[in-house]
Amino acid sequence: MNHKRFKPDRDVVEWDGPTVRYDLFKEVTVCFVIVLILTAGFAAIFGSPDDPAITLKSWSNADPVDFVQTAITELDGTSGTAGYGPPYNSTSGVSQTIGPVSLESLAGVGVPINTANDFVIDPLLTLPNAPAVDAAIASFQSAAPAKQAQWEAAFEKVAATATFNGHLQLKPGPYGPVGVVMRQLLAMARSGALDGALTSGGQLYSTNSTKPLLFIADGSYLGNVATAYNLSGAPPQWGMMNETGNYPGQAWLWLYTFWYRVPPMSNSSSGDAEVWAIMMLLTLLLMLVPFIPGLRSIPRLTRVYRLIWRRHYREG
Amino acid sequence: MPHIFAALVNLNHPGHYVHWGFIQMSVANLLVIGLMLLVFVLALVLPFPHGRAAARERAARPEASAVDERPEAGTAP
Amino acid sequence: MTSTPPTTTRTEAVLATERPTWTGRFRSRAERSFPPEKLLPDRQPAYVSSWIYVFGALTLGAFGVVLLSGAVLAVEGPAWWHVSRVGLYVNSLHLWSTELFFFFMVIHLWGKFFMAAWRGRRRATWITGVLAFLMSIATAFTGYLSQQNFSSEWISTSAKDGINATGAGAFWNVLDFGQMLLWHVLLLPLVVGAVIAFHVLLVRRRGVVPPFAAASTVVSEPYETALLPSAAPAGPAHDDFGPEVPHNEEAP
Repeated sequence: MNHKRFKPDRDVVEWDGPTVRYDLFKEVTVCFVIVLILTAGFAAIFGSPDDPAITLKSWSNADPVDFVQTAITELDGTSGTAGYGPPYNSTSGVSQTIGPVSLESLAGVGVPINTANDFVIDPLLTLPNAPAVDAAIASFQSAAPAKQAQWEAAFEKVAATATFNGHLQLKPGPYGPVGVVMRQLLAMARSGALDGALTSGGQLYSTNSTKPLLFIADGSYLGNVATAYNLSGAPPQWGMMNETGNYPGQAWLWLYTFWYRVPPMSNSSSGDAEVWAIMMLLTLLLMLVPFIPGLRSIPRLTRVYRLIWRRHYREG
Repeated sequence: MPHIFAALVNLNHPGHYVHWGFIQMSVANLLVIGLMLLVFVLALVLPFPHGRAAARERAARPEASAVDERPEAGTAP
Repeated sequence: MTSTPPTTTRTEAVLATERPTWTGRFRSRAERSFPPEKLLPDRQPAYVSSWIYVFGALTLGAFGVVLLSGAVLAVEGPAWWHVSRVGLYVNSLHLWSTELFFFFMVIHLWGKFFMAAWRGRRRATWITGVLAFLMSIATAFTGYLSQQNFSSEWISTSAKDGINATGAGAFWNVLDFGQMLLWHVLLLPLVVGAVIAFHVLLVRRRGVVPPFAAASTVVSEPYETALLPSAAPAGPAHDDFGPEVPHNEEAP
């Protein structure tokens, strides 16, 4: 027989006192019915949100200048996706780290994306009967990399002051075939054909929306709409917890989003990795509460249990 | 028939938010959290009817109360 | 009275010399850990008399409604609720049952914390409970990603950075609707269901945690034996519930 010191936060004197009648099946059934009624009621009264997603078509029609400013960065490799690093590409030095470790880099490029080809060139090449576009692309691809960079930089400069009044208004400049490429991409987007080309990749069936989502997320339009809905993760918004309109969101993410506001995570380039590490640690602590002295004493010391078992203490 | 599936209260209007220092929270989320705390407290303090049945059973028995009956834990093999 | 058929004695004799089967061993172990009156009890300790005890069952009930409403959505396919008013209502059922699921689960967690429900070799019960909470969050997350609307668009493009930072983004692509939908409908509910089942079985095995009591010098066995089937025969000292109170239901 083991004689171990009794620790009230770990050990217990097992009950062999009186028992009372209890109906397990009835309890679960009644609870199921209660929840069913509550659910049916809430669903009927409040419904659920279903705002349509922003498409490349809706984006390029609502904010064509932002679209073009994003498109040139996809071509010249300076967009968010192009410079993301793993898992989309192998740009070095941009992965998030915790100390010396970069889990991101270790996992590698699992979702390879080449923004210039995947978002710009290949979709345009699917257009039938577009000799001007084919010629512009051929001219671009056959030029030396230094020349390509020159054209791209020149276009990016004029795109910064571009306007739109039914047509894209650009200052003239030495951007060569890049001008034609960008204008055609805008037209393709506004028609809806770019959404199809990016999602299907020429196939009939598709369930992978990675490419259009990354392209859209590279622009400012999506973020602006989200900010208007109070969904932004950037301070002062606590967007991660929220839902569109007045629907309740994900309140249980309160602590996760909290850390993004706390230095050094709030202005760290590895902020995501750091917040995840903190939350994994706290989650582990929650799971291991029974083993942690002090933490596991809180229930006994706060005496909330005196309320729960008051009948037992009164009559026992 | 379809009309009963339309929501009675339209929550699709722009959301209401409360700001408190650097905390910003939607009224909807605040309501949910507040309701959880309220229900938790109510669950602790509201009297539970089952106890009366147990008390009746104990009163119906000729033996003494539970405390005297309980042997010392850990003494059995 | 008829005599015992000779085959019974012969079967026992044969069994005594044969190597135990996997099935037989599992059955014996299950019978030892979960005798029927423990698995499906109709008695509970008298100290269980607070509304806080109902929240585990409410969470289970909500899980049932989540599964049911989700099944209807699966029957009709992921495009249905965008084009049908009935479909939108079923989607609303799925959303609000999920809200209620977390609502009741968290209150259940608070209650169990303040009862220090891990005491007396119940640490695995606590750990599986937290695990169920975490896996439920992951399941809800993939649900939000499967909506094919602005909400899923924003959530996926925002969440990808956090997921990518852990390295998981290389094979778990939150922007891939097809992948996220299958994880949400099949893989994660199976995991959540399994964890919940294990959690409930642990509650049945150890019983509801008793109230805090006065200290004594000799108590429960070390935790290392907590998850092994009890070698000793079930008796008053090892049962989680006490001897039966004479059940005078028909008495006035």
